[in-house]
Amino acid sequence: MQLSDLATVCSPNWCPGCGDLAIWGAFKSACVSEGWDSTNTALVAGIGCHGHLLNFTKLVSFEGLHGRAIPLAFGLKMSNHRLNVFVFTGDGDCLSEGGNHFIHACRRNPNLKIFIHDNAIYGLTTGQTSPTSPLGFKSKSTPEGNADFPLNPLALAIASGATFVARGYAGDIPGLSALMIKAQQHQGLAVVDILQPCVTFNKEYTHTFYRENTYQLDGSYQPTDKIAAFQKAQEWGLKSIPLGIFYAVDSPTYESRFPQIAATPLVDHSPDRPDLSGLFRKFV
Amino acid sequence: MSAPIYSLKIGGQAGQGIKSSGQLIAKVASRSGYHIHTYTEFPSLIRGGHNITQVLFSPDEIAAPLRQTDLLIALNQDTITRHLAELVSGSGLLFDADKKFRTAGAAPGVRLLPVPLAKLSGGQELLINTVAVGAALALLGGRLDTLNDLLRAEFADKGDAVIRPNLEAAAAGFDFAARNFAAQVEPRLTPLPDRPRQMIVNGAEAVALGAIAGGLQFAAIYPMSPISGILRVLAQYQAEYGYIYKQPEDEISAVNMAVGAGFAGARAMTATSGGGFCLMTEGYGLAGMTETPVVIVEGMRPGPATGLPTWSAQSDLQFILHAHQGDFPRIVLAASDIRDAFYLTRQAFNLAAKYQTPVVVIIDKDLCDDDHSYPVFDNSDFKLDRGKFTSDFNPGFARYYIESDGISTRSAPGTGNFFIANSDEHNQQGFSSEDISDVVSQQAKRLRKLDTCAQTDMPAPQLIGPPDAPLTLVSWGSNRGAVLHALRDFPDVNYLHLTWMSPFPTTAVTSQLSRARHIIDIESNATAQLAQLIAAQTGITITDHLLKFDGRPFFPDEISAKINSVLHPA
Repeated sequence: MQLSDLATVCSPNWCPGCGDLAIWGAFKSACVSEGWDSTNTALVAGIGCHGHLLNFTKLVSFEGLHGRAIPLAFGLKMSNHRLNVFVFTGDGDCLSEGGNHFIHACRRNPNLKIFIHDNAIYGLTTGQTSPTSPLGFKSKSTPEGNADFPLNPLALAIASGATFVARGYAGDIPGLSALMIKAQQHQGLAVVDILQPCVTFNKEYTHTFYRENTYQLDGSYQPTDKIAAFQKAQEWGLKSIPLGIFYAVDSPTYESRFPQIAATPLVDHSPDRPDLSGLFRKFV
Repeated sequence: MSAPIYSLKIGGQAGQGIKSSGQLIAKVASRSGYHIHTYTEFPSLIRGGHNITQVLFSPDEIAAPLRQTDLLIALNQDTITRHLAELVSGSGLLFDADKKFRTAGAAPGVRLLPVPLAKLSGGQELLINTVAVGAALALLGGRLDTLNDLLRAEFADKGDAVIRPNLEAAAAGFDFAARNFAAQVEPRLTPLPDRPRQMIVNGAEAVALGAIAGGLQFAAIYPMSPISGILRVLAQYQAEYGYIYKQPEDEISAVNMAVGAGFAGARAMTATSGGGFCLMTEGYGLAGMTETPVVIVEGMRPGPATGLPTWSAQSDLQFILHAHQGDFPRIVLAASDIRDAFYLTRQAFNLAAKYQTPVVVIIDKDLCDDDHSYPVFDNSDFKLDRGKFTSDFNPGFARYYIESDGISTRSAPGTGNFFIANSDEHNQQGFSSEDISDVVSQQAKRLRKLDTCAQTDMPAPQLIGPPDAPLTLVSWGSNRGAVLHALRDFPDVNYLHLTWMSPFPTTAVTSQLSRARHIIDIESNATAQLAQLIAAQTGITITDHLLKFDGRPFFPDEISAKINSVLHPA
């Protein structure tokens, strides 16, 4: 498999310098490295600039509704759990419109990979405050400064029961690609919050800001302690934004709790049930 | 001439076992060879409040609940106060002899049947209803051993400690009534010989069975009255029949999960009531836009907002027909009774697969909760239809290829086929497109499916009675039973019953109604929603309506009175 196998007739329409280009690139190189193609993989996206990715990536996919990528992906995964299912979503899509789905997906631990394109702004609607925009953030919807405190996607995921929680940065394509592969190798729900600049509408969270203020978690940090992970997730400030795997533990996947799909994915069961007399007799 | 219908009603507080007592009597009746039909009224409460179950039984099939009561079993004063007026000369009132219930005001000839229920139960509150059922059984000439068999089966997993006191309570009630009211015993539940065993099912169960029969593979259903019974049955049998039931976090998730499963190639469904369907409307259109099969069961209750959670209505028809922005094809079918709910749900899975669009099956609270007896359902005649579907790899696969019948060939992830199921308007591969040719051709293609469906799968509506009549009734859904019951007395009147709401049988309805001399539209809503649909589809405006929107079902006598007012104006 080569990068060109993933090309479609559509060319990316993101702004030059957009973090989405880097996330797309990192994902495609992970696909090539791991052999993810339309026989073993399906993508699901919500609505926002991130969702355009599906048009530029030749992998079978579903572009759903704003905020609803996760339940869509869950139904897909439960019906054919042999597929790798990647959910591309945004900070507005996942944490605002889809917040309820996000926390419930975390507590169920299905083997879904959720990549949050987190640029702390609504880009597609031309620049309004998002759930991860900082307090005081000025945007079209908050001209006097954002009155809401930002939501912490990592802490929320850890508290809700996600079993793999990481933060990546769109400025480091090889590092992000490796993180995506690790997320896929994890058995269970993986959340990767990906910091990305919106070059057009977010003048605070720029590449320069991220390059100056992020650092990579090293071997001295053990991502298996939930309390430590929660504490680490609180770190955010000048020169102190950690990148890497905050939390990763083994736990049975949601799919593994259903004996009816232990041997065969649901879609491979025959739905033809001509003789139901045994079932009907229970009502006699 | 139909055999008489006997009407027994048991009432008390929530928690007194009113519904289970009604079910026991219904099962005894069914096992004794009678047809049964129950009707329940209860508030949205777990304990307290006023609960009744009506059990009708007859050697013949029963179409609808009735207002008459032949035997009222009152476990509290409230039951007597509210239902005494239903008793006529010859009716019986069974109540606790030791409680100081007031029975004043009973019609002349009403038989008072005091039974010391609490005393015979040995002071065990939970056994009072069993004593009452035993006593009623004796009064109706039923067999105690049939009741005993049912009690043993009911409490099989609870063991002898629960079974024995129940058997003793039933016997105590039975013996007391047999001894003290020997002269009043009527042969109402005397076993009928050579009757085939019947199923007893409610509409929620019938929908679940229809789904399993229709090839259900994935269901996501959030609990809500009146459809929670569907998920109870689906959850129970999932491992045995190899499908998955999932309780989601909300109805938005429910419909999106089902759409995701449909995309994967699974036969998928969800179910809800009007309030939950409000949340599902965006997923409804998503299924339409992406041409993903999904079955949605909508169990109506009176609204808006929380409305009357445990009562019935037909007020969601126009909502279901118009929910979601934009234009997309939706198949909407309304079940007329419990058996119909089984067959329509089963068919809905084939229609969804064939037309790759949402199919809504409309039921209501009364259908969901009431038990009817039927000959055992038969699934051997059913042919599963997957529609145009391919698992073969095709490097040039065009998921949304323009077809004259509107139906493109579908595939699924994992086949190697590339396509995008896209909520944006899209071209034939599914790439987002704003090109005029794509926008127009895809929209037109999707809507053509409804024409194909109307020509291929939609039957003519049912006309009951003579083709030419002085009076034509029009109705839908569960009103059918009460209308048919009323029509026993009006052989000249005909009745047009509608099941297909979208696509709509415009030609047949136009032809039937344009020859009608007088039309009465009968609906359980305040705005004549079916009549609105008929007017929109046929141009025929119905001006005479019998509308009821108090949460209660139509009783046959209300329909008879309306017919008489037209045929014999004062």
